[in-house]
Amino acid sequence: MATKSLKARNNDLANTQRQMEILSNGIFADGELPTFANKIKETNQLPLRPKKLEILQINLGYMCNQVCAHCHVDAGPDRKEIMTIETMQQCLDVIKKTEAHTLDLTGGAPEMNPNFRWFVEEASKAGIKDFIVRSNLTIIRANKKYYDLPEFFKKHNVHVVSSMPHWTRGKTDKQRGDGVFDKSIKALQMLNEVGYGMEGSNLKLDLVYNPSGAFLPGDQMALENDFKKALKDDFNIDFHSLFAITNLPISRFLDYLIASENYEDYMHSLVDAYNPAAVENVMCTNTLSISWDGWLYDCDFNQMLNLKVNSKVKHISEYNEELLQDRNIIINQHCYGCTAGAGSSCQGVVA
Amino acid sequence: MSKTYYDPADLRKFGKITEWNEELGNKFFDYYGKVFEEGALTAREKSLIALAVAHTEQCPYCIDAYTKDSLQRGITKEQMMEAIHVGAAIKSGATLVHGVQMMNKVNKLDG
Ligand code: SF4
Ligand code: SF4
Repeated sequence: MATKSLKARNNDLANTQRQMEILSNGIFADGELPTFANKIKETNQLPLRPKKLEILQINLGYMCNQVCAHCHVDAGPDRKEIMTIETMQQCLDVIKKTEAHTLDLTGGAPEMNPNFRWFVEEASKAGIKDFIVRSNLTIIRANKKYYDLPEFFKKHNVHVVSSMPHWTRGKTDKQRGDGVFDKSIKALQMLNEVGYGMEGSNLKLDLVYNPSGAFLPGDQMALENDFKKALKDDFNIDFHSLFAITNLPISRFLDYLIASENYEDYMHSLVDAYNPAAVENVMCTNTLSISWDGWLYDCDFNQMLNLKVNSKVKHISEYNEELLQDRNIIINQHCYGCTAGAGSSCQGVVA
Repeated sequence: MSKTYYDPADLRKFGKITEWNEELGNKFFDYYGKVFEEGALTAREKSLIALAVAHTEQCPYCIDAYTKDSLQRGITKEQMMEAIHVGAAIKSGATLVHGVQMMNKVNKLDG
């Protein structure tokens, strides 16, 4: 398993332009598969337009203590992009004036941003209903200075959403690196100890599952039951819900698909599983994604492909909700990942 | 044109068999779909049975399809291999148990 980001390896695919070329060519250019735009046109959903803004997703930086094989952010310890306190302040100004009910902090490992705690403290005062931190779990065990994160999260009533590829050590470590499983288990136990994830507790702890290879996630409920049973039986761990997420063919997952000669098959699987009912609720329709340097995107995936919002307003410093709402969402073939089967978003299935 | 009997891409064309006999083809797919629905057996149990049978039938299309299906359901490779051993044990047992018929015949003819 690689221990560096595509960027640090000077891999061709670190260039988002190159990713876009791969996605748009071949099976889509020769008409073997319908383009996403044509597909949603059939149901009169082109152009895709935003609905009421409900979720602000803020990426605090691409730095991460892990280098997961399928990371769509291409995050890793070598990535130095990190949100400054000035940009955080601009985000806080927006949080205070928007009616969005959910704030979703992501990364990399958002906790590695040196101003993370300050930001959480300030943002939690803004009266957001659902305040999510996407924690990769191992960060809680990475260094003593993070050991009190569960207490810190509890103090600010943060909703913790954590990635857990599988309930077995082998599959988890294969996707996320050696030792990740044991550290994640320990971190989950620490979260349970302060009250997270327990039945009836309002300290929400949800897990995110995404497949470890070139296949789609199975039924979310069935997976949740399997995870719950295995983690309880083996480690006495409790959590609330499991979100099953489809891997989108971008960044390191795209690199993996190409290297393992699964790219075409995977795109066929996504298109075969296309579910028009999922289009209605793809996350770009109620979310806005803000990058570490304050640029605005329709979603985290468009952020990673460097596709800034199609609006006069492109940066948090010039935020204007009304103008932003009046835009067409930028789509491409990677969007099939959000509409396969029961659909996929940061909150799991959508249809 | 590839010179092998099996082409993995043909699996995607399976649905096309209805084109040359719509009625029977549709009946088959309706039946097939119903069989794999959650029932007294879970869909996951059915997937493992299908994987084992795919091996005893030695159908490469079904092996591909149910390996992928098993992975999607979070089934581990150890569980998949165990299911195949169940299929293999039944298949070899079925071969061996016919040895009794051979023994009966020998005893009758050459007692
Ligand atoms: S923990 Fe998350 S952000 Fe970090 S490398 Fe893994 S997938 Fe990427
Ligand atoms: S990838 Fe982004 S833009 Fe495309 S459908 Fe999904 S959420 Fe929307």
